[in-house]
Amino acid sequence: MAATPHLIGAALTPFGRHADSSALGLMADAAQQALLAANLQRNDIDGLLCGYATTLPHLMLASLFSERFGLQPRYAHAMQMGGATGAAMLMLAGDLVRAGRCRRVLVVAGENRLSGQARDNAVQTLAQVGDAETEVPNGASVPAYYALMASRYLQATSTTQADLAELAVLMRRHAATHPGAQLRTPIDVADVLASKPVASPLKLLDCCPISDGAAALVVSADGDAPHAVLLAGAGQAHRHQHLSAMGDVLATGARQSADAALAEAGLGLADIGWLGVYDSFTITLAMLLEEIGFAPRGQAAAAVRAGQFSAGGRWPLNTHGGLLSYGHCGVAGGMAHVVEAWLQLTGQAGERQVSSGQGNSGLAGLPHHALIHADGGVMSAHVSLVLSGCQSSGAGA
Amino acid sequence: MTLLADPAGHFSAGLALGALRLQRCQACGHVQAVAGFACRGCSSTALAWVVAGGAGMVQAASVVARAPSDSFRALLPYTLVLVRLDEGATVMGHALAGVQIGDRVQAGFFQHDGVWLLRFAPQPLSQ
Repeated sequence: MAATPHLIGAALTPFGRHADSSALGLMADAAQQALLAANLQRNDIDGLLCGYATTLPHLMLASLFSERFGLQPRYAHAMQMGGATGAAMLMLAGDLVRAGRCRRVLVVAGENRLSGQARDNAVQTLAQVGDAETEVPNGASVPAYYALMASRYLQATSTTQADLAELAVLMRRHAATHPGAQLRTPIDVADVLASKPVASPLKLLDCCPISDGAAALVVSADGDAPHAVLLAGAGQAHRHQHLSAMGDVLATGARQSADAALAEAGLGLADIGWLGVYDSFTITLAMLLEEIGFAPRGQAAAAVRAGQFSAGGRWPLNTHGGLLSYGHCGVAGGMAHVVEAWLQLTGQAGERQVSSGQGNSGLAGLPHHALIHADGGVMSAHVSLVLSGCQSSGAGA
Repeated sequence: MTLLADPAGHFSAGLALGALRLQRCQACGHVQAVAGFACRGCSSTALAWVVAGGAGMVQAASVVARAPSDSFRALLPYTLVLVRLDEGATVMGHALAGVQIGDRVQAGFFQHDGVWLLRFAPQPLSQ
């Protein structure tokens, strides 16, 4: 009988400036904490997946990390899928367990992206997701790619810059409740609109910060572990790499990916009780929420204003503060959404704990199912995951 | 003789000659600016390089206020656009200040820091 993969431990370092840190040091911190959370020893781990680090380009990062951290896995490699890497590693870890290749897979990523390099170097490294001949030479950067996409999306959906600002304000409000978040000073819509222009229509507060930090996850065949969360469904979509080759700003692949994950879990959007959606920029979050179907086109901000994505709302969204305010250190930035999902589904989120008060049962309790969605590049690589709490009797369990 | 012609370099070389080069599929007619080894419309590998007329409509526009390098800091603020060319492909380039989504534009060429780039200007109204 095929093993069923469960997320049984997860950990996240504080994000921000960790001046004396290294990529490996941050990864080791998160990995050590994740093993503790899963109540496992190093020799319990037989699979290792590592996310790339821009400050530590290495031909075999997983072997390097294994040696330094003290692991001898039977399966190990690094992955590179931009912002979708963390979600994709979790998907693969699940498939490795399901196939019987591994029993317990450690997934880890981290880097000193803020303090380990000059700002121009970070910006230029990231800009290379653009086409080397037709895009990058124009003096374009990742914020410029997303700004161009935003100009098109705002036009197509009658979304305003003030609408986008609502998403930044919400993420900051959530971050204020998490001691590990990089940006915790409250902001309002006027602050976002008045922040320094980066590339119109995006201002500084529409953009995530650059951070140092790390995250780690443990996926196991052991569904009886104390805080086990089922990997109930997963999906991907890859429709283009470059913005210039994106066919339709209203159909980037996000929905295709999320639909695949939900279908595998046997669930619909209405069953989801917690959302972890990639938010590198406010426009990223608006587009993903609307394409997947958590808000009608052009209505993500209205849904925010109605409280739908608040901690007490129907679909609590990025309750740790997301990339926009918890911070973004690369692969681990996207994994932070998964760590928060695990905490929320297992009732370990402390003061941030949300409930499923709006559920069909009418009984308040832990959210049963979470949906994670990440994108890499410029809406280029999509990965969606459905996670199910094991105390629930959901369709996927 | 390689099995597939490597498209790398043709677009850039075209700019230096004042030509906006695109790939056109010989099978289905699909036109693409981001070059490839196969047509993204029909998967045919029969692709030919053609020179675009340079006219099109602005699909996306952004005024960049933060540049990725010192070289481009000298140009700030500059306008970047995605233009849907009349041939059917979308291409990125600079644009004159004030160019907006929906504008009809015509491609021109300029050199910055030794590299030839596209710069779109509003199309003259007279036809």
